Formats: sequence, C-alpha cells, structure tokens
Amino acid sequence: MANLADSLVEAGPLLLDGAVVTLELTILSAVVALAVSFIFGLMALSPWVIVRFVSRVFTEFFRGTSLLVQLFWLFYVMPLAFGITLHPIAAAVIGLGLNYGAYGSEVVRGSITAVPPTQWEATVALNLSCYQRMRRVILPQAIVTMIPSFSNWLIQLLKGTALASLITITELTRVIHDYRVSEGATAAAFGAALVLYFLMAQVLAWAMRALERRAKAHIGQQLEHLGLFAFLRRGERV
Amino acid sequence: MSQYWNWELAQQALPRLMEGFLITLQATVLGSILAMTLGLAIALLRRVSPWPVRVPLGWTVEFIRSTPLLIQLYVLYIVFPEFGITMSAMTVGILGLGIHYSTYTSEVYRAGIEAVPVGQWEAATALSLPARRTWQVVILPQALRSVLPNLGNYVIAMFKDTPYLLAVSVTEMVYEARDFGQENFSYIESFTIAGLIFLAASYPASLLTRRLEKHFAHR
Repeated sequence: MANLADSLVEAGPLLLDGAVVTLELTILSAVVALAVSFIFGLMALSPWVIVRFVSRVFTEFFRGTSLLVQLFWLFYVMPLAFGITLHPIAAAVIGLGLNYGAYGSEVVRGSITAVPPTQWEATVALNLSCYQRMRRVILPQAIVTMIPSFSNWLIQLLKGTALASLITITELTRVIHDYRVSEGATAAAFGAALVLYFLMAQVLAWAMRALERRAKAHIGQQLEHLGLFAFLRRGERV
Repeated sequence: MSQYWNWELAQQALPRLMEGFLITLQATVLGSILAMTLGLAIALLRRVSPWPVRVPLGWTVEFIRSTPLLIQLYVLYIVFPEFGITMSAMTVGILGLGIHYSTYTSEVYRAGIEAVPVGQWEAATALSLPARRTWQVVILPQALRSVLPNLGNYVIAMFKDTPYLLAVSVTEMVYEARDFGQENFSYIESFTIAGLIFLAASYPASLLTRRLEKHFAHR
C-alpha cells in the first residue's frame, strides 16, 4: 500500500501536466467546434438551396467518416501527400473541431427551428432588421435550448481528446500509457487518470449549467442549483 | 490528382481493408448486443433495486460514461492481466465497447420506460398483475418499441468508434489502413478508402433511423 502511495506521489506531477494538455485540447477544440457549429448550423437554415446543400454535405461527411480516420488523415496523409506538416496539436484541434462541430451544427439548427413561429412573426410585426431579429429575439431563446446539448457534446469532446494520444500528443492518456511502461504500478496510475477525467467532466458539466442558468435568467426563466455532482440528484428524481 | 493518388495502391489496399471491415462489423454487432442487454439490465436495476444497489450503480454508470473509452480499453487490456484476467484483444474490444455504450443505452431505456403513460401502470395494478408480469407484458413491450431509433443511433455511433480498438491491437479496418500505409509509404489511399467505407455504411443507416423516428412519431 505504501508503494502504491509512493508511486502515485511520484506520478502526480506527470499526471497533472497531462491533464493540463487534455484541458487545453478540449478548450481549443471546443472553440473551433463552436464556430463550426454556428457557421454550418446557420447555413442549414439559409433560404438558398445551394448553401443548405453545402452545409448538409459537410455535416454528413464529418459525422460519417469516423473521428480517428479524420485525425489520422490530418496527421499521416497531409505531410506525405501534400507536404503540409501540421503540428500534432493543430491536427488534433482541427480534427476534433470539425468532427464535433458537425454534430454541433445540428444542435444549432435544431434549436433555432424550435423557437416558436410566433416569435418570428412578432419580429416581422415590429419591423426588426435581420440582425436585430437574430440578436435580440431568436438567439437568446435558441441558446437556452442549445446549452444542455452542447454540454453533452463537450463531455464527449473531453473524452475524444484521448484519441490525440494516438497521434503522439502527450496528453493525460498518453502520459498514463507510457508511465506504465517505465514504472509498473499500473492499476493505481490508470485509476488516477480515470478519476481526473471524471472530475474534469463534472467541472465542465457544472460550468455549463452555470452558463445555462445565466442564459435562462436572461429570458426570464429559472434553473435550480444542483451543485457539482448534479448527476446524483438527477438519478434520484425518477 | 494522380500525382497524389495511386490507383494501383488503392486497388491493393482494398482487400486488406475489407478483411479489417469484417472485424469492424463483428465488433460492432457483438458490442451492440452486449450494450443493449446490459443497458436494459442497468435501466431495470436502477428502477427496481433497493438503494444499496441503486446508488453505487448510478455512480458506476456516471463514472464509465464520463471517462474515455480508450482508457477503459487499456484498463481491460493492460491492468486486468496483472490481476490474472487475460483476454484476447477482440474480447477486450467487444467488452469495452459494450460496457461503455451500455451506459448510454441504459439512459435510452430509462427514457422509454418513463414515457409509458401512468395509466398503463394503474391498469396493471387494477388487474392486480404481479410486478414481473407488469414489466413483461405491459411496460417493456411499449417502452422497447419507442426506443428503437435511439438505440439504432448508438449502434451507428459505436460502429464509428470501433477504430479505438486499434489501440489494443485489434486488426480492424483503420488498423489495416495504417499498416498498409506504413508498408507502402503512402497513407492517402488506404485512409481515404477507409473513411469512405465508414461513410457509405453509416449514412444509409442514419437515414434509416431517421425514418424509424418519423414512423414512431406519427403513431
């Protein structure tokens, strides 16, 4: 048992370094994915057929061809076939951003269509410009619907960053995988990594709930406080 | 185009990729069967078992769901043998996929069970059906039908997650694609074809689940 504690203390700084890279990857990719979601989600609502078609092809392509294939494509194919060597982090962020952005664009599209038609009619009656309509009426309501879905996808993205270990990035999963090779004490190290991922996921979910609360307050609705381990209460409420 | 793309290599890669694709399919089918049965068991247990079972189960499910599949595969493949449990790579892959996805499918079943109208429960009570019969002939038949499209979506998601298994040296399609690329110093043919095969299989499947969804929505 003392050995186990020792090896954990020894591995601690390494693990935390890995966790920091994992968080960086998650946040950078989330920013790219968010931008991609809005661009292609709004394109899917365009009045022009060709714009909607482009958006559709993009989302189906990136959702359909498997994330790891996309990462490998960026990492292995780009340098050999086109002479473009991306930094592994850049390859991971682009791949994760495009893939999860494709899923996110469906969230954006769905949430905007879910805003009741009467709200659109009201903006016409008030003679609001296109920008005002989106900025002041439609988006504030749509965003409230988007946040819970985005929260789920953010957790998926956090877990997806583990794949970056397969294109040589030393994030948390890679650290743990390599640590075992050099030190033994496998179970404790893997356990610690899992707990770190779990905690990061809970913190992200909690932050997203705080965001949802703010967005709801903005349109005059309320969201109850559940705290950091919200899933516990969720389970109770059958 | 031909400067980047070698049709001959593409032709050579195809049989190897198809071999890998069979493994991919196998893992998806067996993983799905496990995920669907285990998910149902979890959903039922979380509903009917006393709290000493229910609460730890809830924690376990949340823990598995919010940690990466890749590490879970490593745990099955690297940590378990240290405790004397050694499994083949394929078994690890199927178990890993099945257990991870059972935490998703259990939520799907939960929602399906909750969507059965209260009146159905009341009717079963009024007929004084025992609990077992109530589940078997009243609740589950209704709950299971409505969750079919959602389960289908998770099967498709699992199919696209099978490349994770290359990390524990299962020779599925992307493993073969990478191997082929390494041998021939050109990755573009094998990875592109692998991606297109994923697309060709998952796009029609997702159209099908969308149709199922509409079908059930109109009933």
